[in-house]
Amino acid sequence: MTGWQGFTLRQYWICLSGIIWREALRFVHQRERFLSALVRPLVWLFIFAAGFRQVLGVSIIPPYETYVLYEVYITPGLMAMIQLFNGMQSSLTMVYDRETGGMRTLLVSPFPRWFLLFGKLLAGTCVSIVQVYAYLVIAWFWEIAPPPLGYLTILPALLLTGLMLGALGMLISSLVKQLENFSGVMNFVIFPMFFASSALYPLWRVRESSPFLYYICEFNPFTHATELIRFAFYMQVAWRDLAVVAGCTLVFMLGAIRAYDPARGFLSRSQRTM
Amino acid sequence: MPALEPAALRVEHVSHAYGARRALSDVSFQVAPGSFTVLLGLNGAGKSTLFSLITRLYATRGGKISIFGSDIAENPAAALAQLGVVFQSRALDADISVKQNLIYHAALHGIGRREALALAQVALAHVDLIDRMNDVVGKLSGGQVRRVEIARALLHKPRLLLLDEPTVGLDVQARADILSHVRQLLLRENTGIFWATHLMDEVLPQDDVVILHKGHVLAHGPVCEVVAASGAADLTGAFARLVQSVEPGAAA
Repeated sequence: MTGWQGFTLRQYWICLSGIIWREALRFVHQRERFLSALVRPLVWLFIFAAGFRQVLGVSIIPPYETYVLYEVYITPGLMAMIQLFNGMQSSLTMVYDRETGGMRTLLVSPFPRWFLLFGKLLAGTCVSIVQVYAYLVIAWFWEIAPPPLGYLTILPALLLTGLMLGALGMLISSLVKQLENFSGVMNFVIFPMFFASSALYPLWRVRESSPFLYYICEFNPFTHATELIRFAFYMQVAWRDLAVVAGCTLVFMLGAIRAYDPARGFLSRSQRTM
Repeated sequence: MPALEPAALRVEHVSHAYGARRALSDVSFQVAPGSFTVLLGLNGAGKSTLFSLITRLYATRGGKISIFGSDIAENPAAALAQLGVVFQSRALDADISVKQNLIYHAALHGIGRREALALAQVALAHVDLIDRMNDVVGKLSGGQVRRVEIARALLHKPRLLLLDEPTVGLDVQARADILSHVRQLLLRENTGIFWATHLMDEVLPQDDVVILHKGHVLAHGPVCEVVAASGAADLTGAFARLVQSVEPGAAA
């Protein structure tokens, strides 16, 4: 049976699973990438949080029903951080692939370009989810133990936040012309997003010290990604955060698809037909 | 009377520019099905730009490109499904095996793993690399990587194979091997070949040729006709005369 654009549903599935499989292979072959993805949040958990637990008290705020350790508080933010770094890493890979030709292999496939890009995005998100669960396994020994069902209920939240941060990375990759320019972008995106969010401190505390910074944090999609994960970890749905993350995912994804459109995106930016 | 088969590749009045720099100007030619057509031009002639337009990496805004009758802009899926592409820059994943690279490529054409493995074995046998199937690509020589790329481009059985300067950076023997493999392919499968190069010795008298210079097509047709029309003794002479006709004083 022939489906949309001359391909059957099975062929779409083969293509999608092929893209995910390739990303997984790449991840397995790049062990240092896995280690660094794991070490980064663990350093925050073991060193930063251990140091700050005595300084920063966290009052009872939803979804927590009691006082929690600072390590417990920052864990959702660290999960989102893993996905943020992974999203940027994927976009870095896309810039590299564009320079080496790997991206061309993907883009000359006869499947619709939006589908190929979505596949790439989903593949990166799957890898980031594996990284998050690996982190949670280690964090469990550090007394980060949510309700057992929480490990399951964060899955859809991680999928959505992974797609959002991956789409943002993809959008950024379309704006970066050369690999060398990427480190600057990382500094201008990752650190401001992470620090100006609720990942490390509750927003009510930020508001007390700087209302202006509070509004920046509120405006930051990473804050909503963190809160979505935080509530999902305790089997609750943060509807407002869900709406913001879903909206941002859609906007970033459409932006990335448009950016990689040969007629409108980065490939055409420096072109002009006479 | 049977309908005439459409051209394997038809390029009609295609122009393209990078900012103010004009890369292609009103380029028109066609490639017959099952032919070996060489796109001949010096570095900077616009060959890679043309490849990017044919493969829809760039959008064709001025002019039209169709592959076996399918317009690349209006029906990219049908057009791209009939193309196999070997880009100028290496595009294999060096960290994974030859087999894994081929399976990935097959998936991008909707071909499942089992069928892909069978096709990969045939394609690799044709380029004499069946014994390297499980090797990591990073361990292969430049010539072998190129042959794997050709096998990969043929995996989904395209009717037209595009190769953008596939012998660049290879030694004499590897170049000869690649050419020989591709020419055998034409004989064996009747797959059309569109081969971009700046090397005259890669062109044979029975080939078709498109001479591209600074974004303009100076001549196209069978090599013997292009040579005869220029009044030169061979293709090298014809190329020099054609370039000098548009650029007096230029040494080709």
